[in-house]
Amino acid sequence: MSSIPYILEERPDTGLNNSRLGIWIFIASEVMLFGGLFSAYVFLRFAAPEGEFDYWGSKLSVPMATFNTLMLITSSVTMIMSWASLKMKQFDKYKLYLGLTILCGMAFLAVKYFEYTGKFSHGIYPASSTFMGIYFTLTGLHVLHIIGGLFVLIYFWGPAGSRMWKENPDLLANRIEVTGLYWHFVDLVWIFLFPILYLL
Amino acid sequence: MSYKSEHHEENFFQKYVWSVDHKVIGIQYGVTSLLFLLFGFFLMMVMRYQLAYPETPIPIVGWFFSESNGIMLPENYNTLGAMHGTIMIFLGVVPLAVGAFGNYLVPLQIGAPDMAFPKLNAASYWSYFVGGVIMLASFFTPEGAARSGWTSYPPLSIFESGQTMWLCGMIFLITSSLLGSMNIIVTIVQLRAPGLTWFKLPFFIWAQLVTSFLLVLAFPPLEAASVLQLMDRVAGTSFFLPSGLVYAGSAVEAYGSGSPLLWQHLFWFLAHPEVYVLILPAIGIVGEIIANNTRKPLWGYKSMIYAISFLGFMSFIVWAHHMFLTGMGQTMSAFFQLTTMIISIPSVVVLTAFFLSLWGGSIRFNTPMLFALAFLPMFGIGGLTGLPLGVAASDIFLHDTYYVIGHFHYVVAPGTLFALFAGIYYWFPKVTGRKLSEGLGKLHFYPSLLFMNGVFMPMFIQGLSGLSRRMYDGGTQYAHASDILHWNEFMTISAFCLGAAQIPFILNIFITLASKKTGERNPWNSTTIEWSAPSPPLPHVNFDKDVEVFRGPYEYSVPGEDKDFCPQTEK
Repeated sequence: MSSIPYILEERPDTGLNNSRLGIWIFIASEVMLFGGLFSAYVFLRFAAPEGEFDYWGSKLSVPMATFNTLMLITSSVTMIMSWASLKMKQFDKYKLYLGLTILCGMAFLAVKYFEYTGKFSHGIYPASSTFMGIYFTLTGLHVLHIIGGLFVLIYFWGPAGSRMWKENPDLLANRIEVTGLYWHFVDLVWIFLFPILYLL
Repeated sequence: MSYKSEHHEENFFQKYVWSVDHKVIGIQYGVTSLLFLLFGFFLMMVMRYQLAYPETPIPIVGWFFSESNGIMLPENYNTLGAMHGTIMIFLGVVPLAVGAFGNYLVPLQIGAPDMAFPKLNAASYWSYFVGGVIMLASFFTPEGAARSGWTSYPPLSIFESGQTMWLCGMIFLITSSLLGSMNIIVTIVQLRAPGLTWFKLPFFIWAQLVTSFLLVLAFPPLEAASVLQLMDRVAGTSFFLPSGLVYAGSAVEAYGSGSPLLWQHLFWFLAHPEVYVLILPAIGIVGEIIANNTRKPLWGYKSMIYAISFLGFMSFIVWAHHMFLTGMGQTMSAFFQLTTMIISIPSVVVLTAFFLSLWGGSIRFNTPMLFALAFLPMFGIGGLTGLPLGVAASDIFLHDTYYVIGHFHYVVAPGTLFALFAGIYYWFPKVTGRKLSEGLGKLHFYPSLLFMNGVFMPMFIQGLSGLSRRMYDGGTQYAHASDILHWNEFMTISAFCLGAAQIPFILNIFITLASKKTGERNPWNSTTIEWSAPSPPLPHVNFDKDVEVFRGPYEYSVPGEDKDFCPQTEK
């Protein structure tokens, strides 16, 4: 299988390597996935009785979500810096920044956990209203994306990353770049979720 | 680069089960999807028996309806209808057209050693496999399989049993398509052999590329919709449940204020491009076979590529022509009628180009060519009968009648399936190194063509008379149906004969597999790159020499050459 070309080097006429093109197509499909859900949100909001979305939306905690937004933006910055460190051949800094990214992601999940359980303890469930239904669906799917991303990040932060660094540092840099693109996309989804669910 | 396949000993499981070789995965896809096609066909035969002889015990499989003494109940019929549609589309035709043909042929036709992401490719197959197992298992759960139609329209689908398994299965199938089509796009863009520029690609590759884009962009909204419907069923939300709903005589306990129309929009946003996912690979296969067997270039190669690209784009903005009867408003209907009329143009361009390709050719009537030739008028009938359905005024009359069933079955059954059969006969020598028998092939083709029409042609008559679909007894209680219901028996007998006509095909495969391998590289004297590889191609590397491309895909009968085909890899 080693004979598959353009795993790392770029194909001259397309200017891309395989994984970079692959992840962009994957992100395009993710855009359509969340796009479908966002249009469902718009559709349901228009169909809902006047003021219903405002009423239920006011039950969400803006300070918690603001903290989470900061966590994700920070994690995007550290993600980029871990990739840059790899490119500058500084493996220790790579581990530090990737570790920070993982911590930020986990902090996000922890806050989300308290948000969800807070809602449940007040007797608010997805079935409580259309707004709460779409809130739990959208944020739930987003949380699944965060968890998936964290698995990949932890894999590369752990021994597998160290081994790859010794054997093929360029491959590791490529993997981290591609993971980073995904991670930024997941952050971007949150940047859209935050205003439409908490602020609007 | 070494041309010997890597000779670390692989055991049976590594070689044939957990393989990451695109050829093995293609064959896995092919075998699994053919079995699912057979199973879906079998469900249809039970339905057809019921329609022809309602209220009589079903022979052979009557034990499945044991609580009613072998007589099919309405809910059983609904289950068969829903699962026939689901299995044929999502587990049969798409995996065969994209999973099997795409996987096996795309790397070979572009001169690549494998797909761009071999492990992802295996993941795609196994995700499909799990989805298929979930769908099959749902028949044996206490709730039974889904019974809300393959379209799963809410609010009924929220209450009917079996739907949760269906939704879980769909999520696996969607993931599988997504991984597979991503892989095909990257492979085509990145792994083309040196010299193989975009307009030297075989038409089949273009068709696969457009198909893959449709799958990548159209499937996720259905995944979103499936998640929403799953929430409605499991978490008690009411995305698709309007307020004040009454089900089975009692008011529904739900928050309400949702919209069943939302599901239809999200569903058809996938399911219309899906129609082109079904038809484009078939068109690609037919293009290859027609060029090869007329011994002349494909007429209008570039305009066909532009046509299918335009078709792919337009297919995203025609979905609401399935929804003229939902009361979505005249402005919407007018817009979607217009786009529907526009999308028929590129299909006609492609079909016209195929007919013109035949003109002046010295046609070889071998089995693949016969199936490809039959595809043209059959797909033509399917396409042209679609026009009255695309215009709101006539669709209001024809909607939900047997006319619609006739229309889309002409596109998919004698259309796409014939093209896929053509492809199996055409590429079988490449996959196995043995040619399928021509005699048995013709014994497969002529009865199939005859009985296909016997099954589907009367549906137009019944539908134009106003006979509704989805009725478990065929509609015996309706007065207007009384003088057309006698067709049901004719169609049922045709369907059973159609089933019998597939026996030579199955025999042909096993007899040929048992015969001696010839390993002939290019039995059809074809020009495209896959025929320069050994038959079957080498594991993991495909080709035994470096591939470089010098010519266009269809250089047949070039004046001044000493043979009537000039392979792409020869100067």
